Amino acid sequence: MFGPLVCKPGSSRNNKTGPWRTELRPKFLKKACIACNMCLVVCPESCITGQGKNNYDFDPDFCKGCGSCAAVCPKKDIEMVKEDSI
Amino acid sequence: MSKTLFNSGHTACAGCGQSMAARLVIDAAGPNTIIVNNTGCLEVFSTKYPETSWGVPFIHSLFENAAAVASGVESAIKYLGKADEINIIAQAGDGGTADIGLQALSGMLERGHNILYVCYDNEAYMNTGVQRSGLTPFDTNTTTSPVGSISSGNLRPKKPVPEIANAHGIPYVATASAGFPQDLQRKVKKAISIKGPKYIQVHVPCPLGWRHETNLTINVAKLAVETGLYPLIEYENCIISARRQITPKPVEEYLKVQGRFKHLLKKPEEIKKIQDIADNNIKKYGLKVEQQQISPSA
Ligand SMILES: Cc1ncc(C[n+]2csc(CCOP(=O)(O)OP(=O)(O)O)c2C)c(N)n1
Ligand code: SF4
Ligand code: SF4
Ligand code: SF4
Ligand SMILES: [Mg+2]
Repeated sequence: MFGPLVCKPGSSRNNKTGPWRTELRPKFLKKACIACNMCLVVCPESCITGQGKNNYDFDPDFCKGCGSCAAVCPKKDIEMVKEDSI
Repeated sequence: MSKTLFNSGHTACAGCGQSMAARLVIDAAGPNTIIVNNTGCLEVFSTKYPETSWGVPFIHSLFENAAAVASGVESAIKYLGKADEINIIAQAGDGGTADIGLQALSGMLERGHNILYVCYDNEAYMNTGVQRSGLTPFDTNTTTSPVGSISSGNLRPKKPVPEIANAHGIPYVATASAGFPQDLQRKVKKAISIKGPKYIQVHVPCPLGWRHETNLTINVAKLAVETGLYPLIEYENCIISARRQITPKPVEEYLKVQGRFKHLLKKPEEIKKIQDIADNNIKKYGLKVEQQQISPSA
């Protein structure tokens, strides 16, 4: 009876939220990054990956364009740019 | 994707502080955890049937009873002889905690269950459209504490839920903030290492209900702490063991970036009342940097 109510762990990844972005997306400049990890820590979509300097990036399939990563980057190495400018 | 137990594809609003904090909490707790979640934004945006964002077992209870359901889960796990291997987290919003779920929470604390209760405090009933709760701050504009010619918003200050939890004589109580992610994760790890009931209340900005820009979530959370309006405190065995000390900023800095407080900006007498709340916190908890600390900073 309960079988159909049990969902597969992490299956929300089927639900691509990238199209939620209305105007801006982040651009990881990869010039001054010190690998502090803060962008990854704050991203509400768990969609930033990276390890080591100038290696961090985001997944456009899930990013909602909130701008938190750019706001928190101590090196201003992330910029919010117009969606169609990349 | 970074390795996390809270996955992409959830349906929280862009910049949601609760979704940030929820990931930090579960990743600090680790995979051997069972979550019981009250109704509210977090439950709704993370479990859009037939999908789930969680990488751990997750039970949705009712709006009011995560603490009671978690108590049952804990008892069952004890009976199975697995109490030492599995963490149990009961979690809820501020409405689910301070109002309708307070009785269930009190029972859980009183009975001494080995559970971490996490309250995500976004200071109103957000899932149903920004109604005030017992944790809504004084003078906040919500849909049930509207601003008008004779009203400056919510009439009452925040209910002291951390103190209420502490009064149950439980071993660990803390306040935390999405603006201080490492501090939040440290507190979760510490809580889990302690046996018995634990209560952590996390301040989580809500861009929709607080009406601030989505990229300001971390900033707004930090300002709440740095003005003294949201003191970060830890109690161990009912005594304050640590607090985050601040060089206090004026409360306007916090108020002016949020639409829910916009009506106050032309009312210096109301801002003064809110500054008094901050000043009282600073005095009561010894938040100012010069003052001597009891133990290492939070
Ligand atoms: C008994 C009951 N009353 C009312 C509701 C409707 N309801 C669902 S979520 C919610 C508000 C949740 O507020 P809070 O706990 O602060 O969580 P948030 O959505 O703000 O994260 C309400 C009133 C319900 N589900 N059950
Ligand atoms: S803009 Fe927001 S959602 Fe997109 S990568 Fe940055 S923090 Fe994540
Ligand atoms: S916040 Fe900036 S400096 Fe830190 S890891 Fe991300 S891109 Fe690099
Ligand atoms: S209404 Fe607020 S708490 Fe709810 S998902 Fe949106 S930002 Fe998060
Ligand atoms: Mg709430």
